Amino acid sequence: MFSFASFLDLPIVWFGLIATAVLLYVLLDGFDLGVGILFPFAPSDECRDRMMNSVAPFWDGNETWLVLGGGGLFAAFPLAYAVLMPALYIPVIIMLLGLIFRGVAFEFRFKATGKSRRVWDYSFHFGSLVATFMQGMFLGGLVQGVQVEGRSFAGGPFDWLTGFSVMTGFALVCGYGLLGATWVVMKTDGTTQEWARKCANYLLIYVAFFMALVSLIMPFINADIKKLWFTSPTFFMLLPVPLLTIAMFITIWRDLHKKREYRPFILSAGVFLMGYIGLAVSLWPHVVPFKITIWQAAAVAESQSLLLVGTVLLLPVILGYVGYSYYIFRGKASHEPIY
Amino acid sequence: MVENLDPVLLARIQFTFTVAFHIIFPAFTIGLASWLAVVEWRWLKTGNTVYQEVYRMWVKIFAVTFGMGVVSGVVMSFQFGTNWSVFSDKVGNIFGPLLGFEVLTAFFLEASFLGIMLFGWNRVSPKMHFASTIIVAVGTLLSAFWILAANSWMQTPQGFRLGEHGLLYPTNWFQVIFTPSFPYRFMHMVTAAYLTTAFVVGGIGAYYLWRNLHVSHARVMFGMAMIMAIFVAPLQLVLGDLHGLNTLEHQPAKVSAIEGIWETEHGAALRLFGWPDQEEETTKYAVEIPKLSSLILTHSLDGEVKGLKEWPREDRPPVVWVFWSFRIMVGMGVLMILTGVMAAILYWRKKLFDTRWFHYWCMALTPAGFIAVISGWCVTEIGRQPYVAYGVIRTAESVSPVPGPHIALSLVAFIVTYLFIFGAGSYYILRLIAKGPASEEEAYGAHGVDKPPLVSDIA
Repeated sequence: MFSFASFLDLPIVWFGLIATAVLLYVLLDGFDLGVGILFPFAPSDECRDRMMNSVAPFWDGNETWLVLGGGGLFAAFPLAYAVLMPALYIPVIIMLLGLIFRGVAFEFRFKATGKSRRVWDYSFHFGSLVATFMQGMFLGGLVQGVQVEGRSFAGGPFDWLTGFSVMTGFALVCGYGLLGATWVVMKTDGTTQEWARKCANYLLIYVAFFMALVSLIMPFINADIKKLWFTSPTFFMLLPVPLLTIAMFITIWRDLHKKREYRPFILSAGVFLMGYIGLAVSLWPHVVPFKITIWQAAAVAESQSLLLVGTVLLLPVILGYVGYSYYIFRGKASHEPIY
Repeated sequence: MVENLDPVLLARIQFTFTVAFHIIFPAFTIGLASWLAVVEWRWLKTGNTVYQEVYRMWVKIFAVTFGMGVVSGVVMSFQFGTNWSVFSDKVGNIFGPLLGFEVLTAFFLEASFLGIMLFGWNRVSPKMHFASTIIVAVGTLLSAFWILAANSWMQTPQGFRLGEHGLLYPTNWFQVIFTPSFPYRFMHMVTAAYLTTAFVVGGIGAYYLWRNLHVSHARVMFGMAMIMAIFVAPLQLVLGDLHGLNTLEHQPAKVSAIEGIWETEHGAALRLFGWPDQEEETTKYAVEIPKLSSLILTHSLDGEVKGLKEWPREDRPPVVWVFWSFRIMVGMGVLMILTGVMAAILYWRKKLFDTRWFHYWCMALTPAGFIAVISGWCVTEIGRQPYVAYGVIRTAESVSPVPGPHIALSLVAFIVTYLFIFGAGSYYILRLIAKGPASEEEAYGAHGVDKPPLVSDIA
């Protein structure tokens, strides 16, 4: 039995790794969920085919980051997994059902003919929409804190359902929509691209509005968060986060008008990164806000060490071949099958 | 009435339903991925386009099945937390890393290279494409390795100690991963997956032969499937026997339930059929073969077989379920072996590809593997009750603090969704089968990808 606990603060390492996995999930599945959210509004069936083609080779790899986030949480912070899953029981189940409906649509839609294709168009759209909304809601529910007694969840089954969490649900729908729209701008051209650019413009305004709103509300939820963001020296240390976010919003806006194709997507991901950093810093060091810290929830050092060896060896390889598959399917997605 | 719903039973039904639904797809894709690798290898080796067309037909079916496997698999990774949070908390130190390794070693591998396998024909070289098929096949086996290691640990837990709050702490990783039942379970399951695929492919091949369609393709499918039936089905009997003996050593109560034996006996009879009654502690209407049970389990006519009464009532598994699931599984196995024997005879008489009744027989056995796999899992999982980690943690003490009606509602939602998805998926698979291998149609599909290159373009 080996353990790295003597020279590494393992819970911090694992917090970093899982936070990275969740961030990658949000960015990667974010754009393909976003494509699903925008799907029925596209101007033609040809555009829809093209949007779907642009994400088809990637979606299940993207979703695997969610499994890694869930599995990683179970492995590294089992107590947090055991408390959060019952606390978020209903939204988690609804999210999973949404993911099922959208996931199978990738295969079924192209096999369906005539009217039944519409069924899978809407299965893709509503599945993506519902899954996103639920993810936004459990983000909101989480930030507001979770009731814990002993080693288990002690709140009611609808604790997560509040005005704030409904708002964060809408916020995430707009956020993923923005990622999706800028992805489509990058991966297509012609009418599809024009339409996606217009969508991105509108969504950008909504995302900015919601981010400002959440940032204003957060300090009132918890006194520690208020102290963190509004007293020196942390105020000055964290100042770059909002400033960079504002700079990114302005640049995306100008890029969209200058018809740049790649940078809006990358900067939208940047906006997500900033929001994510803001959240992580606010909740630190809790993994179940504001009851259980990462050290309390951590699995025993031997377990965290074993999985760390695997992760350090395998994560670079995984990133390598995920990158390879994105490289293979680089360039614009086509309208229709070429024969 | 709703308030009285038992959360433990509901959570068990939900887990059973979601995992039984899920296992259908991996059981099929594990075998199919390996078989597709063989077919693609034959194509590259011989240049015979029949292999390529067979590959193209089945890779579409693979894609539909794999998609359903992915979405139902994501559900599984959350089931432990949503419905079995106390179990997750107690065993997280041990169980978590095993599942973590499954994701790290297998899921990303499969997901990334599946994209290339399906849509990469004209974007990578044929060799790279072949490599992708092999990588996906290896990924499915790695995934089976870790998930069966985790399951086997629940069956025969070792390499841990009990600590504060009733939590389990690992003491030896090698013992945790390689528990006594693991090698047997792994071999038995992988072989089962191969046979499942073989009987599906064989059944479809038989259908084409029977209808006199796509004959050259059908001969490839049917012929390869029959090779599996001839050689692998009897092998599975041996592996199953070894697995059973291993269970007898580590989980004797499960074997007693399989046998439906209540009193400890010397020279115990094999109860072929009957109705085990948990209350009255007897197996009613039993049809017996004298001494056979002792012979199978102890390899001696007068060996001792323990009866269920050796264990207190609260420590016994639900006998009827275990007893009958086992008989269904073995029944399927016998039919498969019989198929292999008949195939060998027909092949020897040079009538394998044009014996109509045998084609009909193979068509009827298309779902045999799925039935065997699901009933086999019922034997081992229901036979593990009333424990979730055998002898260590009871199922009743593992459930999440979620109210019964919520579990019931989510269970209904899963059932409705899965039936709808499964119905649609089966329908599209049947349509792909109806279209057959040679037909030129969109599907590669229709994801904006060119059709695969001709072998003459490659050389």
